[in-house]
Amino acid sequence: MSWTVVLVLAFGAFALKVFGFVIIGDRKFPPQVEAVIALIPAALLCALIMKDTFTVGHDLQIDARAVGLIAAVFGVWRKVPIWLVIVLACVATGITRAIS
Amino acid sequence: MDAHNEHAHEGVNYDGIVGPAVALGFAVFIFAISFGVLCVNAGGSVPKAMAMSLLVFTGASQFSAVSVIAAGGTAASAVIGALLLGSRNAIYGVAVAPWLPGSVKYRVAAAQFTIDETTGMTLVQNSPERKRRAFWVTAASIYGFWNVGTLIGALVGNSFDTQKYGLDVAFPAAFVAMVAPLLSTRKAQLAGVGGAVVCLATTPFLPIGAPIVISAVVALIALVPAQRKSRRS
Repeated sequence: MSWTVVLVLAFGAFALKVFGFVIIGDRKFPPQVEAVIALIPAALLCALIMKDTFTVGHDLQIDARAVGLIAAVFGVWRKVPIWLVIVLACVATGITRAIS
Repeated sequence: MDAHNEHAHEGVNYDGIVGPAVALGFAVFIFAISFGVLCVNAGGSVPKAMAMSLLVFTGASQFSAVSVIAAGGTAASAVIGALLLGSRNAIYGVAVAPWLPGSVKYRVAAAQFTIDETTGMTLVQNSPERKRRAFWVTAASIYGFWNVGTLIGALVGNSFDTQKYGLDVAFPAAFVAMVAPLLSTRKAQLAGVGGAVVCLATTPFLPIGAPIVISAVVALIALVPAQRKSRRS
């Protein structure tokens, strides 16, 4: 991870916050823009979940991470706090790796 | 002036703000420790991890960037994916700005703290004074816990075998917890499934990290006609 990535990200993230808060401010985004932006996190986070669980480089692979994902989904379904979701998933994957 | 009058003079009840703000901060703390560990393991350093948390200060974007870099993705796809994810903070800014009036300097400063947690805490309060107070109390709590947690994680990170303890799964686990409350509408569910399918389908062919950006864009393009249809009916 280079300093360039860190700084571009810092600038970009801040610019987005200032754009909404200060530049747009009391005015409104067009409703279509707002609807589309509101849907980005759902699409992106689901894509990230797939990449982090089922891919290695360019290959698709099912391994111990899938067990962690199941544990995480179970935790969210049981409405446990986010930190416990993370712990449950890590423990499930760690144990699966240790015994396989 | 007796205590009763003093309270009446203040006129605003600020109960029930600090407790939830600290509880949110604690949840973020554990999350921040995992971020610190994963960031140094993805080739970051303690100063880089700290710069991310102090300056970028939006958890999902930070995790997403580190996750793409850790997988061997390009800097460009890491940054674009993270900023797409951060674009919702612009919407949050529009939502909270009316409750935080002030000079340009004040509003630029407040903008840096406009994220999921502060927006949520602000919007649920029932008076302008409580909204303003809730915003800053939550901002202080989250910013403090997030940065201290990142520092601890980054300092212990290198002595951690993330694979052995299953810590690499902290990424998808955190993303599952973040996405779950968003999937309450039909459109969001379609966007989620679309993002997941496009990501898996394009992974073998596209540069590492690119599927993340492409899935978001494709899923949204696919949803635009659906939206038009639903508006007409």
